[in-house]
Amino acid sequence: MIFLTRDLVCQQAVELVTDYLEGKLSWRQRRRFEAHLRGCPNCRAYLEQIRQTITVMGRVEPETLAPQARDDLIDLFRRYRGDRS
Amino acid sequence: MIQLLRSGDEDAFTRLVEQHHTRLIRFALTFVSNRAAAEDVAQDTWAAVVAGLGRFEGRSSLRTWIFQICANRARTFGGRERRTVPLASDEPTVEATRFNSSGAWSAPPEPWPSVDDRLDAEALAPLVRTAIDQLPEVQRQVVTLRDLEGLSAQEACEVLSISEANQRVLLHRGRARVRSELERGLGPVGG
Repeated sequence: MIFLTRDLVCQQAVELVTDYLEGKLSWRQRRRFEAHLRGCPNCRAYLEQIRQTITVMGRVEPETLAPQARDDLIDLFRRYRGDRS
Repeated sequence: MIQLLRSGDEDAFTRLVEQHHTRLIRFALTFVSNRAAAEDVAQDTWAAVVAGLGRFEGRSSLRTWIFQICANRARTFGGRERRTVPLASDEPTVEATRFNSSGAWSAPPEPWPSVDDRLDAEALAPLVRTAIDQLPEVQRQVVTLRDLEGLSAQEACEVLSISEANQRVLLHRGRARVRSELERGLGPVGG
C-alpha cells in the first residue's frame, strides 16, 4: 500500500507504471505518480521505455498463412456446411 | 459476420481464417512446447468454432470467443489439465541493485533511440520475440493477448479465465521483463 502522505521514490514509482497506463490508479495515486514523474527524468525515461516496449511488441507480426493450411480449413468448413444441408 | 458464417458463407470463413489462423498458432505456442502441437491446437480450434457457431451468443466478440476456445483446446491438449494460475508475485520488476538505499535510481535507464524509426523496429523484432518467448507461461499469454493481439484487459481475462487484478500484475511483470531484455540488447546499462 502506498503512503498517501509521502512522496514516491523511484523504486515505488516503477511498480506503478502498468496501473498508471491501464488507468487503474486512484486520482490521488495518479497525482502523486505524475508529481514524481515531473521531478524525475529517470522515471520518465523508464515510463517511455515501457511505452516503447509496448509499441515494439505491437509490431511483432504473425507469420503469413500457408496456402495449404488455408485450403485445409476451407475444406473443414465445407464439410460442416455439407453435413448440415 | 456471425450470420454470414452460420449461413455457410465461405468467403466470410476464409477471411476469418486469414485474420486469425497464424495468430492462433502463435497463441497456442504459449501453452504447448512444439510447433506441430500448436498447429494441431489451432486446427482443433477451428473445428470447434465451426461446430459451435450455432451456440455463439455474442456476449464476447467473435475474436475473444475463438481465442478462448483455443486456450481451452491447448490446455486439454494431450490430456493436460488446467494448471492453477500462479498467484502473481510482488517481487520488484526492476532489479533492486539499480536503486540506492533511499529508493532513487543509481543506475537509471539510458533513453533509447526512437522506436518510431522503421529500421529500429525491424532490428528489434527478433530481440522482442526472444524476450517474449522466455517469459513464464502465463505472463507470456497475457502479454501475447494484450500487446501482440491488442485485446482489452477484460477480453484477456475472459480468454485466460483469470481475474482482472491478476491479469494486470502478470502484464506488469511481463512488460517489465521484456523492457529489461530490450535494454540488455540495446547496450549495457550506463555503457
